[in-house]
Amino acid sequence: MVANSIENMPEYVGETHRGDLVLPEAVATREELIRGNPSYHDITEIVCKMAETPFSQTHIGWRVGFAISASLAAMFFGLIAYLIWEGIGIWGNASPVFWAWDIVNFVFWVGIGHAGTLISAVLFLFRQKWRTSINRYAEAMTIFAVICALVFPGIHVGRIWVIYWVFPIPNSMNMWPNFRSPLLWDVFAVGTYFTVSLLFWYVGLIPDIATLRDRVKNRAAKIAYGAFALGWRGSMRHWLHYERAYLLLAALSTPLVLSVHSVVSFDFAVAQLPGWHTTIFPPYFVAGAIFSGFAMVQTLVLPARKWLGLKDIVTMKHIENMNKIILVTGSIVGYAYAMEFFIAWYSGNQYESFAFVNRAFGPYAWAYWIMVSCNVISPQLFWFKKLRTSIAVSFIIAFFVNIGMWFERFVITVTSLNRDFLPSSWHYFSPRIFEPLFLLGSFGLFFTLFLLFVRYLPVIAMAEVKSILPQANPHEGHHS
Amino acid sequence: MKQTSTTYGILAEYDSTHGIYGACEKVRDAGYKKWDACTPFPVHGLEKAMGLSASKLPWMVLGAGIAGAALAIIFMVWVSAFDYPLNIGGKPTWSIPAFIPVMFEVTILFSALVTVFGMFWLNGLPSWHNPLFQSVRFERVTDDKFFIVIESSDPLFDQVRTQKLLEDTGAINTEVLEA
Repeated sequence: MVANSIENMPEYVGETHRGDLVLPEAVATREELIRGNPSYHDITEIVCKMAETPFSQTHIGWRVGFAISASLAAMFFGLIAYLIWEGIGIWGNASPVFWAWDIVNFVFWVGIGHAGTLISAVLFLFRQKWRTSINRYAEAMTIFAVICALVFPGIHVGRIWVIYWVFPIPNSMNMWPNFRSPLLWDVFAVGTYFTVSLLFWYVGLIPDIATLRDRVKNRAAKIAYGAFALGWRGSMRHWLHYERAYLLLAALSTPLVLSVHSVVSFDFAVAQLPGWHTTIFPPYFVAGAIFSGFAMVQTLVLPARKWLGLKDIVTMKHIENMNKIILVTGSIVGYAYAMEFFIAWYSGNQYESFAFVNRAFGPYAWAYWIMVSCNVISPQLFWFKKLRTSIAVSFIIAFFVNIGMWFERFVITVTSLNRDFLPSSWHYFSPRIFEPLFLLGSFGLFFTLFLLFVRYLPVIAMAEVKSILPQANPHEGHHS
Repeated sequence: MKQTSTTYGILAEYDSTHGIYGACEKVRDAGYKKWDACTPFPVHGLEKAMGLSASKLPWMVLGAGIAGAALAIIFMVWVSAFDYPLNIGGKPTWSIPAFIPVMFEVTILFSALVTVFGMFWLNGLPSWHNPLFQSVRFERVTDDKFFIVIESSDPLFDQVRTQKLLEDTGAINTEVLEA
C-alpha cells in the first residue's frame, strides 16, 4: 500500500530536483489504473456507498444471494453436527481410499487463499501499483477460504473432541505430538497462515474503517466501526510505523505463502506412495494454488465490479493482468503434469509408471481429463489479447479453472490411493450424498462471509487508492 | 492572549498534499516538537518534511523472529529427543531437517505478531479518545482533508503566534481545541 511513500522515496527526491512529476501521472493515466480522474472524496464516496446503504434499501441481488448462501452455510453446520454424531462413516471413504473429499476440499480451499496473499504481499514488494484496486478483495477471499479449509481437517479426524491433540499442549497423558510428521507441520503452517493473513487484512483495514467511523450516522454502526478503528486519526507519526509494519508484513507473508502450500504438498510428498512421493510437489502445488486463487479472484471481482459500481477502480487493466498471471501459472501447472509423467517413465520404477498410467487411462481417467482440459487447455486462450480482455471469456475460463483445480486435488488424492500395491485390495471410490453436500455447504459459508464483507466493510483499500492518484504527489503544485 | 491550561492545541486545515507539505516544513523549521500532521493517506515524503526519524519497528521484529526460531527449535528437540522420544521406523529422534518447517512457521508467526502489536504499541493504539475528535472539520481527515495540530504543551507554543504561523502557511482554516 502505503509503502508507495517509503518505496518511492528515491524517485520522488529525484523528481523534485528535476522539477517534474512524471511518475504519478504515468501511473494513473497511461496505465489506466484509476479511470476518470476522481478526487479523494470521489473515492471515499464510491467505496463507502455500499456500507452506508440502510438495510431496508439493500440491493435485492445481495439479499437473495445472502439468503441462499446463509441457508447453505446453515446446512453445512447441520452436516458437521451429523458427522460428529454419526462418525465419518457417512462418507464413502473405504479401504484403500481413506483420504478423499475431505482432504481434496481442504487443499482446494487453502490453494484459493494463496492468490490473496500473493496480491497483497508479493505484488506489493514488486511495487505493482495495480494491486491496490483488488488487494482488499483478495485478502478477504484468503481469510474466508482458509476458514473453509480449516473446517475439513478439523472434522475429518472423526473424534473432534480430541482435536486438541494436534497442538503441543501439556496434558495429563504426558504425550506430545510428533514433530517429525508432515501433518503436524501442516497444523503450524495453516495456523500461522490464517493468523498472519487476518492480521495483514486487519492492519490494512484500520484507516478505511476509520473513514466509515467518521461518516456513518447510525449510532450502533459508529460504535462498531469506532471500536475496530482503534482511534485511528491519520497521524503522520502513526503512518510512519504503520507503513513500516505493512512492509514487514508483506515481507513476512511472501515466504510464508510459499511455505504453506509446500507444507500442504508434504502431506503427500513425504508419504511413500507412488503418485505422491515426488520432489516436484512443493513448487507445483504453489503454482497451482496461485493459479486457482487468481481464478477465484476473477470469479468474485467480475460480478462485483459491475454490481457495486467499481468499474473505474477495477479496470480492464486489472482484469488483463490477472489473466496473464492465470496464463503463466496455468502453463507451470501444465508443465508439472507433463514432468510427472516424464519422471514416472524415466525413473524406470514400475509402481511409479503404473500410478501415472492408471491416472490418465485407469478408472478415473474422466477426472484426469477434466483436470487437463480445464487447467492446461482453457487458460491457453489467454494468449489472445481479445480473449483476455473480454469480461465474458475471463469469467468462463476462471470458472473452468476453479473446477479444474478441484479435480486436480481429487486426481492426486484418489487415483494414487485407489489401486495400491495389492490388486485384491483395489477399490473404486465413490462419494455418498454427503460429500457433495459438504462441498456445497463450504461454498455457502464462503459466500456468506464474503457477502457480509462487501456489505459492511470497505471493499477497496481507499487510503491506498488515494495515495496513487496524481494529486497525491505533494510536489504536483510546483510547476502546474 | 495567554494560553490557558484547558487548551489542547491549534488545528490547521489544508486541502492538498502540496499545501500540507510546505506547511510541515515551516512548522519543523520554526522548531516545534509537540506537533503532528494528520492525513487521509501517507503523503509521500511527509515524514521528511516533518523531520521524523525512521521507525524502530524492524529491530523489534528481528528480535521476535530470532526468539521464535530459537524457542521452536529448543522446544522440538526437547520434546522429540528428551521428554517423549518416539521410535518411528528407527529414524533419529533428533532430526533437525524435520524440524525446519515448524521452526520457520513459528519464526514468521512471532515476527508478524510483534509487527502488528509492536506497531500498535509504538502508536499508542488503541486510543479511542483524542481531543482532535472534538473538531467537526477533523472528521474529514479520513476522507480528503489534511491537518496540522500543534499542542499547547510544546515549549514554543503561544496561542497568538502559533496561530499566526499556521495561518501564514496557507491553512484554509484554523481552530483552537480544548483539552
